[in-house]
Amino acid sequence: MRLRFTKIAIFLAALIPLGRLAWKALHDGLGANPIEVITHSTGDWTLILVLTTLSITPLRRITRQYWLIGVRRMIGLFAFFYGTLHFLTYIWLDKFFDVHEMLKDIAKRRFITVGFTAFVLMIPLALTSTAWSIRRLGGRNWQLLHRLIYFTAILGVIHYFWLVKADHRKPIAYGIVLSLLLAYRVGVWASEKASEKRAQQAIPTPARNPL
Amino acid sequence: MLIGKPAGTPSSEITPKSTYLNRRKFLAGAAIAGAAAVTGVAYRDLVDLVNPSLTAQANAKIDGLQKSSFSTTEKETPYKDVTNYNNFYEFSTDKYEPADLAKNFKTRPWTVTIDGDVKKKQVLDVDAIIKMASPEERIYRHRCVEGWSIVVPWIGFSLSELIKRADPLPKAKYVEFTTLYDPKQMPGQRTNVLQWPYLEGLRMDEAMHPLALLCFGMYGEVLPNQDGAPLRIVLPWKYGFKSAKSIVRIRFTGDQPLNSWQQYAPNEYGFYSNVNPNVDHPRWSQAKERRLGEFLKRPTLMFNGYDQVASLYSGMDLRRNF
Repeated sequence: MRLRFTKIAIFLAALIPLGRLAWKALHDGLGANPIEVITHSTGDWTLILVLTTLSITPLRRITRQYWLIGVRRMIGLFAFFYGTLHFLTYIWLDKFFDVHEMLKDIAKRRFITVGFTAFVLMIPLALTSTAWSIRRLGGRNWQLLHRLIYFTAILGVIHYFWLVKADHRKPIAYGIVLSLLLAYRVGVWASEKASEKRAQQAIPTPARNPL
Repeated sequence: MLIGKPAGTPSSEITPKSTYLNRRKFLAGAAIAGAAAVTGVAYRDLVDLVNPSLTAQANAKIDGLQKSSFSTTEKETPYKDVTNYNNFYEFSTDKYEPADLAKNFKTRPWTVTIDGDVKKKQVLDVDAIIKMASPEERIYRHRCVEGWSIVVPWIGFSLSELIKRADPLPKAKYVEFTTLYDPKQMPGQRTNVLQWPYLEGLRMDEAMHPLALLCFGMYGEVLPNQDGAPLRIVLPWKYGFKSAKSIVRIRFTGDQPLNSWQQYAPNEYGFYSNVNPNVDHPRWSQAKERRLGEFLKRPTLMFNGYDQVASLYSGMDLRRNF
């Protein structure tokens, strides 16, 4: 029951950034360069939501709120949703569906290359987000596939860092959050390895026959 | 001993600051206008007499504007966009913030130091500079290196008017412009996104070109603080960052100045920084631009459409000298 309400709340909350943009657009509130505002806002929210999905695992382990896993898929799908809007603003409002121009951009502009890659890597994750896909792929394979999100997050932050003209404070802030989230995983992995080793060493060697 | 709370004034009775400021302005204006009507003294002169700095404040009209043949007939960008979308890193790297952060920026008293390889080294009051020649309105295209553009009716006169009066020595080959350094007033200078003070430079023949504008107003009024008050330059054929704002020093020199953006990223921003659709920024294309207020992008023109400057660069490889 609680999960149900939480999910509804998160669903509505995740629509707020889009709602705000729409409201501002209708009330002449997007300022001098509306398309830039839309591009930046959808990009920001994509990154925020990607980092949010990555924080679910550490959060649920640290706080022992294991039910949190139940909201991760929705947050991930919203990250993909904002990423799609961000990509659409680019191909529609920046490139006006000029595919040739777009391909040139992707090949030539490294911040677009990495941004585009980050987006493309999210597509299989969105497509295999159903319970059916998990069963079909098998938990292990599914999990392996969904580790692509780490690359999306890293490339997303690099994308932001590379496009900024001089003030890198915001992309660095995203980078720090991402590093902490990745460091947590490395830490968990290392401690698991260590305990495995200890477990192996703890196996008593068969006693030798007394002479 | 118990000390009671002082009876507070209900917030409904507090007059908002803007209201009383406006009332004061209104009262002062009414008094001056009344007096002017009686004495027959022109309103502006009287204001000058009462408070010389008043005429220099934002929104004050500038009279006696001459039209310029350099003006474009393209549609002017709305005033509210040009005053609320500003790349003015001294205040903030967020373009929407300088309008507010520069609200109380002090533009008077203001002096400009003229020095370096020049006969008449001097410190000039900005109001003396403004009176050097008659003000012209010049409607220029303005193209930012980031890929957006605006059309602005600037007010000023050719920079050459000032340079001629300063009388540079023959060895002066370049002019360097310095923006005010005052982190107390300019919060952006408390961060080190760029090296402060902001520096810009021009080759002498560029600075002497009649298109190069020494600017102190726009849209018929005194330059708003967020647009580079009280004195800036405007170089319509170059990317916007070359048009230095809030200038306190003009130095003549034999060596090419190192402008702030070139200092920050020499592979991305050159000394010349002429608008050039054929030479991309290393990270983005410069072939097109978004004119604020327009939906579709428009092609960027060589020298931003100011072909009359082309001769300044004849024989130069503009790919190398970007």
